[in-house]
Amino acid sequence: MTNRIMTNRIMTNRINSKYAISAVVAALVGSLAVGVTSNVSNAAATCKAGALSTLTPGTLTIGTDDPAYTPWFDSNKPGNGKGFESAVAYAVAKQLGYSNAKVKWVKASFNTVIQPGKKAFDFDINEVSITPERAKAVDFSTGYYDVAQALVTTTKSKIAQAKSIADLANAKLGAAVGTTSYSTITDVIKPKAKPAVFDTNDIATQALINGQIDGLVLDLPTAFYVSAAALKNGLIVGQFAPKAGSEQFGLVLSKGSALTSCVSTAVDALRANGKLKTLAATWLGNTAGAPVLK
Amino acid sequence: MSYEASALRLQREESKRRVSRRSTIIALGSTVLIGTVIAIVITGAPGFALVRQSFFNPHYARSAFPIVLSGLWLNLRVMIVAEIFVLIFGLLIALARTSRSPIMYPIRLMATIYTDIFRGLPLLLVLLLVGLGVPGLQISWMPNSAVTLGAVSLILTYSAYVAEVIRAGIEAVNPAQRMAGRALGLTQAQVQRHVVLPQALRKVTPPLLNDLVSLQKDSGLISVLGAIDAIRAAGIETAQSFNFTPYLVAGALFVALTIPLTRFTDWLTRKQDVARVQQGQW
Repeated sequence: MTNRIMTNRIMTNRINSKYAISAVVAALVGSLAVGVTSNVSNAAATCKAGALSTLTPGTLTIGTDDPAYTPWFDSNKPGNGKGFESAVAYAVAKQLGYSNAKVKWVKASFNTVIQPGKKAFDFDINEVSITPERAKAVDFSTGYYDVAQALVTTTKSKIAQAKSIADLANAKLGAAVGTTSYSTITDVIKPKAKPAVFDTNDIATQALINGQIDGLVLDLPTAFYVSAAALKNGLIVGQFAPKAGSEQFGLVLSKGSALTSCVSTAVDALRANGKLKTLAATWLGNTAGAPVLK
Repeated sequence: MSYEASALRLQREESKRRVSRRSTIIALGSTVLIGTVIAIVITGAPGFALVRQSFFNPHYARSAFPIVLSGLWLNLRVMIVAEIFVLIFGLLIALARTSRSPIMYPIRLMATIYTDIFRGLPLLLVLLLVGLGVPGLQISWMPNSAVTLGAVSLILTYSAYVAEVIRAGIEAVNPAQRMAGRALGLTQAQVQRHVVLPQALRKVTPPLLNDLVSLQKDSGLISVLGAIDAIRAAGIETAQSFNFTPYLVAGALFVALTIPLTRFTDWLTRKQDVARVQQGQW
């Protein structure tokens, strides 16, 4: 019995000392963390609403296109906070210290986003993929979404049963102009026939319904939306691995904008605390379900 | 006896030469001055370096050139085919509208309705309605391709304009010509074919060529249906690089395509004016 008491006391002593050691370590780490975060928050303090040189002081001006498509936005109203990109935009604004009321949305067509010179917005969010070539003309934030391209078709189409890229060699595919979906067709799928290029996804979808194209290449979430809601008997043939290994959407800012580093920090923070993942799960749903075509 | 110019004539020719030399120098000086002013204003603008980088970038011009050129080939094909059919249909519709016999009344009515509708509908609307609506009907023997339906839309719209131009020419021919023809014993149809039409078409050659130049450029609108023409090809290059130089390349190619036709129009008009003056008509 004494042994047990002794053992218990020894165990307790050991446990106590373990606790003590871990307590000291925690204190050390804690003070280090506080030291580090106080440095970070000093830098972050310059990224808060008061210190940012936005177009209109005190207001964050965000640009997007019209129409703003589902599931990135909802009902063509970017201001309602619904839809993945609308939610991400408000989350970034909050991270920068702008409340929802201090956010202003403006319409920015694709050409006004890529034109040289100062822009009419602080940043633009509109499914713009980051490429090194484009980065010579505009500033990008860090990516807020990893993109995969997918192929949508109808059940009556001749490529409905395609299982690999080789099956698509004789297909007439379509994509919207100015998208990386188009470069996916020319660089990854490489069918024999020249791709059809449309101004908007609406016209492209109608051409698919008419059978004028065999399949339409879109980014995966839009593909899910189109095949479920816009097409009567739509299906997703599969998705493609991006040519460069990864493709990401980024926020677009004027070249050399003072806000770029702060906006990138905000996006990184959202990625680190899992907010981006939560928003993607909420608005973009289960988009992992398409087979990868090789 | 050989001809010798008099002193007065020599003096007159010398003064004419002097005046013309002075005019040339003044014209040259004025051109250089205005050109310099424009160059200074443009290059002195604060954003010029950025615009030059974005719009006049030789690297992107070189890389986009072959793609834009192959798109231009589509423009050319559509333009040539459409021009031929537009002239034929325009002439038929104009003849229908200017016919006089009561039997032709329903055809006259249909021609009037046709020109009213297709001059009122924007070309883009016709392209979308024909290009997306006709295949939607799923009629098996109807063509489906963007290029064919695009060309059909162009022909439908431009025939209306060209028909009105030709009709104006027909009605501008002096009615005395028609009466003279009838007096010689020609039927209405023969008068139309041998007397009225040749004069009418000669009168309206400049506005007709004007419409054809416009058709050249509108041939690019079929890109809304998915076909890749010069401007669409430039747009694709621009979207990949975020640089606008490919559009400038496409513009330069279009101007190069149009200049032969506009110079030919001017030459033809000048020749006709000379012929008219020589024949004593004003």
